[in-house]
Amino acid sequence: MSEHGTSIGFYVMIFLILLVLTGVTVSAAFINLGPLNPILALGIATTKALLVVLFFMHVKGASEKLVKLVVLSAVFFLLILLGLTLSDYATRLWS
Amino acid sequence: MSDSQTTAVQAAAHGHDPALLHHFAEPQQQRDAASLGMWWFLATEVMFFGGLFCAYLIYRLQHFNDFAAASQSLSIKLGAINTAVLIGSSLTVVLAVNAAQRAKRNLLVAYLLLTLVLGSTFLGIKAVEYTDKFKEHHVPGPTFHFVPERMEGHPEQPPIDQRHAEMFFSLYFVMTGLHALHMIVGIGIFVWLLVMAWKGRFTPSYNTPVEIGGLYWHFVDVVWIYLFPLLYLISRHR
Amino acid sequence: MAMPNGPQGERENYLNKEYGVGSWLLTTDHKRIALLYLMSITFFFFIGGFFALLIRLELLTPAGDLVQADTYNKLFTMHGMVMVFFFLIPSIPAVLGNFLVPMMIGAKDLAFPRINLLSWYLYIIGGVMMLHCMLTGGVDTGWTFYTPYSTAFTNTKIVEAGLAIFVAGFSSILTGLNFVVTIHRMRAPGMTWSRLPLFIWAHYATSIIQLLGTPVVAITIVLVAAERTLHLGIFDPKLGGDPLLFQHLFWFYSHPAVYIMILPSMGIVSEIIACFSRKRIFGYNFVALSSIAIAVFGFLVWAHHLFVAGISIYAAFVFSLLSYAVAVPSAVKTFNWTATLYKGSIRYDAPMLYAFGFIGLFMMGGLTGLFLSALGIDVHVTDTYFVVAHFHYIMVGGAVMGYLGGMHFWWPKISGRLYPEGWARLAALIVFIGFHLTFFPQFVLGYLGMPRRYYDYSHMPEFQVLNVLSTAGATILGVGYLLPMIYFLWSMRYGKPAPDNPWNAAGLEWKSASPPPTFNFDVEPVVTWEAYNYEELDAPHPQEAPVVR
Repeated sequence: MSEHGTSIGFYVMIFLILLVLTGVTVSAAFINLGPLNPILALGIATTKALLVVLFFMHVKGASEKLVKLVVLSAVFFLLILLGLTLSDYATRLWS
Repeated sequence: MSDSQTTAVQAAAHGHDPALLHHFAEPQQQRDAASLGMWWFLATEVMFFGGLFCAYLIYRLQHFNDFAAASQSLSIKLGAINTAVLIGSSLTVVLAVNAAQRAKRNLLVAYLLLTLVLGSTFLGIKAVEYTDKFKEHHVPGPTFHFVPERMEGHPEQPPIDQRHAEMFFSLYFVMTGLHALHMIVGIGIFVWLLVMAWKGRFTPSYNTPVEIGGLYWHFVDVVWIYLFPLLYLISRHR
Repeated sequence: MAMPNGPQGERENYLNKEYGVGSWLLTTDHKRIALLYLMSITFFFFIGGFFALLIRLELLTPAGDLVQADTYNKLFTMHGMVMVFFFLIPSIPAVLGNFLVPMMIGAKDLAFPRINLLSWYLYIIGGVMMLHCMLTGGVDTGWTFYTPYSTAFTNTKIVEAGLAIFVAGFSSILTGLNFVVTIHRMRAPGMTWSRLPLFIWAHYATSIIQLLGTPVVAITIVLVAAERTLHLGIFDPKLGGDPLLFQHLFWFYSHPAVYIMILPSMGIVSEIIACFSRKRIFGYNFVALSSIAIAVFGFLVWAHHLFVAGISIYAAFVFSLLSYAVAVPSAVKTFNWTATLYKGSIRYDAPMLYAFGFIGLFMMGGLTGLFLSALGIDVHVTDTYFVVAHFHYIMVGGAVMGYLGGMHFWWPKISGRLYPEGWARLAALIVFIGFHLTFFPQFVLGYLGMPRRYYDYSHMPEFQVLNVLSTAGATILGVGYLLPMIYFLWSMRYGKPAPDNPWNAAGLEWKSASPPPTFNFDVEPVVTWEAYNYEELDAPHPQEAPVVR
């Protein structure tokens, strides 16, 4: 576990970045970017989630790859669920 | 791993680490098992919420305008404040883990307490939001009624399908409700951690409960990080 | 509390260490929990079997004369729910897996013994809710809960059955969690991934499905219950919801669930085939990785259950193609088993007979699965007895054959007693014959057009002959299932004491005593040999051969 060396200042910095990103995503929602709106919102959300997972949950400093593998497999199967279900709805000839 | 203590008696005689359970060879193995167990549990949770996100995705694409109109009746201010509160609680959690590893008992107790305060604040604000929705008859069911706010400068706003708005609120309540339930469980875990920390049970060599309790808390935070833009921020510019 | 020796001066083991109800109900020993599971799932197996018997009796004659239409709907629903969620899903993992996973990797227990006990209690709570649901009216939707019938129309106990399955689902998740962590963290020194028994690989793959699939069906059932009780609108077409979305979410779990049932069986068959042909399994790496491949591919094919339900034809095409892909790792396993038999010194003991039965039944079940994943043929046979026969070949033919084979193989280890070999071979033969007689006619019936879930076929009396054959087969099958239960119970009292390694098998579990001590091994094992080192064991001067008493 490598977080013994991580300073409190670093955690506070991550926290501040997360707050700024929250501000950015709220303001961006009021600007008309067309189809980019949801993409931007999800992009920012994913960035925030990554910051939390990598630094607050210490996946970045994890000594073995196993934890990363668990996270990736969860995301992979979630995307399978969303993606393959969407593939049906996106290509229906009726409805 | 070298000695072959195989019976409970011998394991009990293995007295220098009371937190080591009999079936583990060494503390590191026990820590790694607990941490991996929590990570796989969180993977399970991802799929648990995943079913809801899937339903949300399909219906949002199918009924975009109605979902946007319904979404605009949510308070963006309360939602954003709650996001900040939850992110703040994640900070106190990570500082608590840090304090536990450095054997700063008082600091650990303080951060755990702060986490509980922030978690309760989140639930309090959520309760205010739910009460508003209840008063506005936005709770799905026989009394459901939804009138979209008139936007200035958009005279040709398309008519809103009440039924689809009702579906939005159904998803809103299930998703945020399930998230709030996870918050309540998290608060329960942290109350227990607080008691243990108060009694001075955590040491630099034994703080796994704080660490994996923290993992759970951060996960609940991550879920909210997605719920907030998906539920509150659908085309606010209209 | 711990006694140095049991009665009659036997050495201390997990069975005689403590007595009394409390020592069982509060145990954290994985072996005792396995036996708790064994008793519970056997109970539910006979309940589910009783419903099956009533279904077959009703179909003996074309007219609907034994039960009412509503009762019949409840019979096949409760048969499905009990068998799937309370027997097949927990069967091998929770009984044999619980007993053997720690022993095979040289651990003292599972990583989380108390969570293991919790998972049994959750199973029992779910089971009691299911029994209560049955006794107070039951459910008539079919085990699939399809909306909108389940949410808006039926008056049966959907919410209670749903909660029962939700709770049982968490029991299954916790078992899977325990296995994954145990396999990662608790292996004995020297037990590398390439030395793991294939039973362990199969359980690892199974556990991943349990962990990542079960929560999706859990939330789906919650949504159905919420729609019924709180009037939320998620799948309700009246509000613009889509019942097909329910089917997507339901089958995202329930198709991989079939692999929860069959993968552990495949693991057992790999162990048995290697032992009774005295050879290292052919293509170990391929068999191990094919388990993982089946688990992953299993998540990509669910919509083949929706081909005629109105999904996009393009998506249907993709899902059809992906469904064919599952055949590849399944074939890898089958070919490797047969290749292992080649030039082996084959012994026809009861476990081996079950393993042969498994290969035959799984082949037929798997290959008819290819018929069903072909879009054109699926349209013709959807919701006919062809489908019923297909999935029974996999779930009963495959999973239960493997389960019984495993029970016979490890019974000496579990109970410390030998079962009567002659009776066991006879039972294996009866099960095999009874099974074919029950379900082969159903393939024909389905192809001729008999729909499933009909209690009355009096407008097509020509189907009666095949139905009578099927019912006769079910009776034989019932006898075949009762026999092992009787002689296993008999052997616990009258069976000959088993040696530590009656089959002279490879594998760590056989190096422990029969029955094993509470923490499995008197000396922590260190593994220095490859898996299935039968050539070494059978060599004139075996170095690693355990002593047979």
